[in-house]
Amino acid sequence: MSATGFGAALPRRRIEILPAMTPVIVALVAAPFVGSASTFVTLTAAGLAMGMMIFTMASGLTLVFGMMDVLNFGHGAFIALGAYVATLVFLPLAGWSASDSVALNLAVFLLAIVAAALVCGALGWVFERLIVKPVYGQHLRQILATIGGSIIAEQLMYAFWGPDQIPLSVPKTLEGSFVFGEAAIEKYRVLATLVGLVVFAGEMLILNRTKIGLLIRAGVENREMVEALGYRIDRLFIGVFMAGSALAGLGGAMMALYRGQVHATIGGEFLVLCFIVIIIGGLGSVGGSFVASILVALIANYAGFLAPKLALVSNILAMVVVLLWRPRGLYPVSGR
Amino acid sequence: MSASLTLDGVHTHIGRYHILQGVDFDVPGGRTTMLLGRNGAGKTTTLRTIMGLWRASKGRIALGDKALQGLAASDVARLGVGYAPETMAIFSDLTVRENLVLGARDGPLDDKRLDWIFGFFPALKRFWLSRAGSLSGGQKQMLSIARAIVEPRELLLIDEPTKGLAPAIVGSLIECLREIKATGVTILLVEQNFRVAVEVGDEVRVMDNGRVVHRGAMNLLAADESLQNRLLGLSLDSHQ
Repeated sequence: MSATGFGAALPRRRIEILPAMTPVIVALVAAPFVGSASTFVTLTAAGLAMGMMIFTMASGLTLVFGMMDVLNFGHGAFIALGAYVATLVFLPLAGWSASDSVALNLAVFLLAIVAAALVCGALGWVFERLIVKPVYGQHLRQILATIGGSIIAEQLMYAFWGPDQIPLSVPKTLEGSFVFGEAAIEKYRVLATLVGLVVFAGEMLILNRTKIGLLIRAGVENREMVEALGYRIDRLFIGVFMAGSALAGLGGAMMALYRGQVHATIGGEFLVLCFIVIIIGGLGSVGGSFVASILVALIANYAGFLAPKLALVSNILAMVVVLLWRPRGLYPVSGR
Repeated sequence: MSASLTLDGVHTHIGRYHILQGVDFDVPGGRTTMLLGRNGAGKTTTLRTIMGLWRASKGRIALGDKALQGLAASDVARLGVGYAPETMAIFSDLTVRENLVLGARDGPLDDKRLDWIFGFFPALKRFWLSRAGSLSGGQKQMLSIARAIVEPRELLLIDEPTKGLAPAIVGSLIECLREIKATGVTILLVEQNFRVAVEVGDEVRVMDNGRVVHRGAMNLLAADESLQNRLLGLSLDSHQ
């Protein structure tokens, strides 16, 4: 009998469905209040796109916190840096972006997000070695060191790119909307959703189908035992931190294009949201962060339409409700 | 035959506490050595210090001619040391299969060895793709030991494997430990259950207050009730 063949008729691991259904439940509850079907579709599509971008930024943070037990308040700096790196690609290649060629438009977009991920991943290595490594296991110092590191990074960004907002436009092909009846869905939102789904699928594939992924999941639960099995956890830590920083950069670049402008404060703004998402999702859980990102973004969109004043606190309220229901988040990781 | 393990004047500090205070003993290659002692004597700390999970502040630890002191736990494991901790430390969110895949550091799972393991612990086969966190306490213990032996090892460090187990499972465990020993593996086993110690142990080392206070053959300790009483505060009869 094959080692992998034992499971055919055996009990399989069960995944709880209800937490994953919360965004659907929220959408179904909101639909009658929104009223117009076209408005509902537009709000939902926008929420999905926003959710995917938040997920891209937050999934790295949840892995870093879950596995390394590091409270990285410097994560926001990588979000901002990713946005600035996108300008380094888009501004010199403005001709490609404005061209009628779909290939050139997509090429400049891909170049920008790949560059943002690579630069942030590489600088993530520097940040981990200089700022994070000396404070492993010391939460208070981690907070102080990573906040300090992010302030320095922010000031360096101001020094390089100046204090003013830098405008950034999506490539010509991605301007405008797809119109379905009375509903309009921005093309860029569709692309952002697709990129987020690809990132999620990639992460789940790595985490569930590769030994590196198994080690990361095991490390989130019990680092010491992973080491006692003969794996060098410190190397895994660096890899995870670099990947987390790269994802922050990728998400930052996507978000900057979505907003049409870049400023260093984008990092701090989304860092808070990332923390809310990883707490709602369950610390260390990528799947939980995925569901939580969509949930938070949909609630923010519906609340913004139905009760704009409530939208300001909708994320916090969502977190409170989820934690009252499931105190360790939607998909808690054992051992945390 | 596997290499022998030697501890020479090993001291371990945890914070401001001086736990191991000059531990000296050897574990002969290919034999099963029981590490006994009252709660708090330093048995678990000894295993963790050998494994590199706590750093020895002084002294020498060697597996054959290879020094272990000062090595990281991953390097100790790569020298062929398997470890099944008292807490079991299975990965609850991973399946039984995934736990064993991680135990097989040097390659894919070996089907023959798996069949051999399933012979002792059939529950692991039954719950192969189940989440390890959903197993019972005894099944988790089986998984912890299976993970430690899923690949051949030079030395096995096992901490209280029978703690909280049903008698039938303890029987399987004893059989498993005997078979592992028969393959020539050196075993250092911390055990509170004296009957199990008598059944599987060749040698015994008794600890008290961070030091080894007795070294000898297990059968001699089993036969000497007054020595048991003096060293462990028990007699075999009281455990029958």
